[in-house]
Amino acid sequence: MAEAARALAHEGPPELQHHFENLAAQKEAVSLGMWAFLVTEVLFFGGMFTAYVIYRESYRAAFEGASNLLDIRLGAFNTAVLILSSLTMALAVRAASLGDRRRIVPFLSLTMLLGTVFLGVKVVEYAQKFEHHEVPGPHFLVPHGLPPQSEMFFSLYFCMTGLHALHMIIGIGLLTWLVRRARRGDFSERYNSPVEMVGLYWHFVDIVWIFLFPLLYLLGRHTL
Amino acid sequence: MSTPAVSPPGAARAHRVNYLNERYGVASWLLTVDHKRIAILYLIGVTFFFAIGGIYASLIRLELLTPAGDVFQSETYNKLFTGHGVMMIFFFMIPGIPGVLGNFLVPLMIGAKDVAFPRLNLLSWYLFAIGGLTALWAVVHGGVDTGWTFYTPYSTVYSNSWVVVTAVGIFIAGFSSILTGLNFLVTIHTMRAPGMSWMRMPLFCWGMYATAIIQILGTPVIAITLLLVAAERLFHLGIFDPAQGGDPVLFQHLFWFYSHPAVYIMVLPALAVISELVTAFARKPIYGYKFIAGSSVAIAVLSFLVWGHHMFVSGQSVYAGLVFSVLSFMVAIPSAIKVFNWTATLYKGSVSYQTPMLYALGFIGLFTLGGLTGLFLAAIGIDVHVTDTYFVVAHFHYIMVGGTIMGYLGGLHYWWPKISGKLYPEYWSRVSAWVIFLGFNLTFFPQFILGYLGMPRRYHAYPEEFQVLNVFSTAGASILGVGYLIPLVYFFWSMRYGKDAADNPWGATGLEWQTASPPPTENFAETPVVTGKPYDYATVAEAALG
Amino acid sequence: MSDDSTHGHPTLSAYFGVFAALMLLTALTVWAAFQHLGIWNTPVALAIAVTKAILVALIFMHLRYSARLTAIVVVASVAWLAILILITASDYLTRSWVPIYQR
Repeated sequence: MAEAARALAHEGPPELQHHFENLAAQKEAVSLGMWAFLVTEVLFFGGMFTAYVIYRESYRAAFEGASNLLDIRLGAFNTAVLILSSLTMALAVRAASLGDRRRIVPFLSLTMLLGTVFLGVKVVEYAQKFEHHEVPGPHFLVPHGLPPQSEMFFSLYFCMTGLHALHMIIGIGLLTWLVRRARRGDFSERYNSPVEMVGLYWHFVDIVWIFLFPLLYLLGRHTL
Repeated sequence: MSTPAVSPPGAARAHRVNYLNERYGVASWLLTVDHKRIAILYLIGVTFFFAIGGIYASLIRLELLTPAGDVFQSETYNKLFTGHGVMMIFFFMIPGIPGVLGNFLVPLMIGAKDVAFPRLNLLSWYLFAIGGLTALWAVVHGGVDTGWTFYTPYSTVYSNSWVVVTAVGIFIAGFSSILTGLNFLVTIHTMRAPGMSWMRMPLFCWGMYATAIIQILGTPVIAITLLLVAAERLFHLGIFDPAQGGDPVLFQHLFWFYSHPAVYIMVLPALAVISELVTAFARKPIYGYKFIAGSSVAIAVLSFLVWGHHMFVSGQSVYAGLVFSVLSFMVAIPSAIKVFNWTATLYKGSVSYQTPMLYALGFIGLFTLGGLTGLFLAAIGIDVHVTDTYFVVAHFHYIMVGGTIMGYLGGLHYWWPKISGKLYPEYWSRVSAWVIFLGFNLTFFPQFILGYLGMPRRYHAYPEEFQVLNVFSTAGASILGVGYLIPLVYFFWSMRYGKDAADNPWGATGLEWQTASPPPTENFAETPVVTGKPYDYATVAEAALG
Repeated sequence: MSDDSTHGHPTLSAYFGVFAALMLLTALTVWAAFQHLGIWNTPVALAIAVTKAILVALIFMHLRYSARLTAIVVVASVAWLAILILITASDYLTRSWVPIYQR
């Protein structure tokens, strides 16, 4: 009887996991699971946004002044890069859901490329901060004309963009996994959840940056 | 209530294939994706960490036998209560009931084959184990002395102990908690058997669902907070350090935003167990099903609005304190609703006093006491007087130990026949239940008095006039320790020598009792179809017994 | 089962339209940052960011075509973040208020 039950369980398409009744149920569960995971990410980043809100109100002048030391061109460029990568990701998800196998890998690869460009720019920015002694800690030098609490701004800058960058790296890893599976022909009109779920993750990371950019790079420009 | 789905009738019980004997070998356990085996893995893990936390407790009570700080130095004593708190909270209480009973029962109770994400479930266990071992590494290498609350800037700047390693261990275990909550949330939403509407779902599942909501929304905040503490310690960032413009109170806001709801992660599952026990041992449908289900969700939501009651004396705004105080009174209401409904269930019920029921009754009394003292603490005027005293310690131990642990043990006893296919010895189980109840009260009731008289917590020395009560407390702790050891012995004993259990030894309602004890790996031979109300004791045939 | 995203997909032009809107809004927020809007600088920047986030969520993340439960989940996350930030901020904002007994 046990064997019969197991045999029953292995009927159905190969992508169907045995504990789900059918592919639609599996897809519904996977989707809810990924959205619930993104909820945790909202609260995860949210803790740092809370710290940012409190300290920005307490140290307005320091934050505005320190923010102006960030390179707005690189920040804006990176914002554009990420938005474009969200488009290519959305197009990859669309290709997968239409069963358009030829287009999945190119769009995924473009997304990865743009993500890497973003990270490259961040490396450049971080290197600049090291040069200018704007990295908090023992080597920090208060920038000329700014209050000492500008160090707090840079602490939050590094923590928030650093965590964001870590999420980008993980995202690129997930995309690599997707490319491998896409090349194997795993995805079709009937089964493309992994692409869609990684897409949700990628768009979320983009949304985080959509908030990080104005809060970190733009808050003091009006004082210039 | 449903079409019974049991293992083949002809097969001899001893040779029936079930989830325990279907496969042997360490790899079949460490690589399992069966929720029932993962529950057993959690059982082993949490018992281990409970033992470590218990050793810490013994050392604390040993020191507190005498007024002078003569057994340990103060720095060592700080490490003792920190280790006790960290081990018990993060590696026993939070993973405990969800990991053991939740994992085992939720799919069975809703008629599913497994949870929504079985591999993620296994990952959850590994994260729990790795997190625990990481914290254990810190313990072995000298421990942490900041208190489980990690207040800054002591934890980030001045402490000379393994703060970062412990924080990392808790962070990893937090991920485990998130994934477990996520799994249960999705499972309950999407995998209920045909006919099992939300209002037919067992109250245990409602409790696990509410717990999952808290795990998902709250845990990430402690995760980022601990990450920031570690970053501050490693890179001298100063986010919470006043010397660099940081605010320690901000740390407390972020810390308690999770840690208050966390206590409900610890108690909601136990409340859920009690609902099951009360109805089963009164042999009556639970009174006020909708109120109990709704109160679980209400607790989950309200629990996020009260964290400032841990911060009344922190320098927090008086007005924020007022709001937190009012909300803290309100959060007691859903808990009280449960107690009223359980009482109404017992009224005119056919009550039997087997061991699970003893634990349930003990829970109701002790949780009520603990909850009422919580109201004392919610009143700012009283709190200012008793904050950081043994009154607070007694309050939360009444809820956590008198409440949650007794709920856990009650549930473990109730479902042990299902989990192991064996019966535990009823005589010794009643003995240990009484030993635990008496030992617990002797340990912690004196602490209410001590706290009110002014004995501070987290001190290894105290004024002479407090010694008598402290001696009572330590005596009680010894008795309590013995009480916990007895079940450990007879549960092991029962696996070898215990009587075989029937599929439904209690004659209870619920899908988990409609399948074999222990269940087959796939839980049910055919997916059950649910047609009746939950807890329908009037209609359930007595043929369900035996 | 109830949900399947086959009851609706964004069109190709919707994707490109959102992309163009996002780029425009980015340019707008950069430009607005340099304007002297007094206390309105922050609300304007946040409003633009929220608009961009909503576009990404609704169209790129298919939230518009997803089950109601998904929308509830999203709203819950934002609500909880708001609880965290607003109640914490309310502590700081009200610390300097005159104590009741002095009135």
